[in-house]
Amino acid sequence: MEDIEAVGLLQDAVRRRLYEFVAAQGREVSRNEAAEAVGVARTLAAFHLDRLAAAGLLETASRRLSGRSGPGAGRPAKVYRRAAGERGVSLPPRDYRTAAELLAEAAEDARLDDAVRAAARRRGAAAGPCRDEAEARARLTERGYEPFVDADGDGGEVVRLRNCPFHALAEDFPPLVCGMNLALVEGLLGEGSGLVARMDARAGLCCVAISKNNEH
Amino acid sequence: MTNSPGRHLAQLNIGTLLHPLDDPRIAGFTNALDRINALADAAPGFVWRLVDDGGANATELRPFGGDVIVNLSVWESREALWNFAYRSEHLELLRERRAWFRRPDGPHLVLWWVPAGHVPTTREAGERLALLREHGPSPRAFTFRDAFDPESAPV
Repeated sequence: MEDIEAVGLLQDAVRRRLYEFVAAQGREVSRNEAAEAVGVARTLAAFHLDRLAAAGLLETASRRLSGRSGPGAGRPAKVYRRAAGERGVSLPPRDYRTAAELLAEAAEDARLDDAVRAAARRRGAAAGPCRDEAEARARLTERGYEPFVDADGDGGEVVRLRNCPFHALAEDFPPLVCGMNLALVEGLLGEGSGLVARMDARAGLCCVAISKNNEH
Repeated sequence: MTNSPGRHLAQLNIGTLLHPLDDPRIAGFTNALDRINALADAAPGFVWRLVDDGGANATELRPFGGDVIVNLSVWESREALWNFAYRSEHLELLRERRAWFRRPDGPHLVLWWVPAGHVPTTREAGERLALLREHGPSPRAFTFRDAFDPESAPV
């Protein structure tokens, strides 16, 4: 299926809400859970989820869901998560991806990490410092980071980023692009927000984590 | 995942030190070594890494030159190595590499498939790096960006 057709599928309001719900969970979601969250019948949810899966926007798997007992408890259920593949439509056609790859390759060869980080920090700071955590999360959301609150393992909380806006480029040039990304987020948070960004790379997430600065 | 039964991924990475290992200017690297090596040993899909007679790391081995240190390891899959290298604390270390290592004048990292259980030698690793440098990426010697499936590799 072409990108434009896959994206077009999201024009249906229910389908779009289902897609957004599944994407926001960052894990596998059952038909029942998606149907309840969106407020539609399970059969309708199943129909739309399968359309999204057929278009490659969602991936499916078969799992035995825990916490159930009685007859039928052992039957595997179909679950859905956001597909890893990217879809993009540009009208008129543009190819910033190739340009970014070429620039990244040249920057890496020339070891321009510091200059790239400085530019990213300036860009992040262009809108001025964030006043508080709510503003920081709103700005991160705007830039496509999909922030969510996670336990930091010390009884505290840390904001992690479910989506890497530079994913394909970061896969090809990790130190350069992840360093650029960290500087961008640092610039975006700014001084005085009480928040600090740091590198805390984990499989499947953006490399940056944000925590409250306890030294303030 | 490209886990392939019977095949493991070997990697060689070499770096030319800007200063001797006991130089304070390189302490950021030497101080992190034990922690990062422990992280590798515990990482999912880690199989083996080269160590010298000291047993903790390979910094005393200099098969590629007096100031060239070597990192040689084996992993269950490309994803396993990638997740360790770029999705762990190791990434933070990589970002600082310019402060410790001379800018390489050619490929300094090479990947190749080995039969599971095979322990690569530094000589074999050097041959793979030479292959990459002379002929570019191929199933016998490749990089993360231009990787090959285990099925494509000659044994």
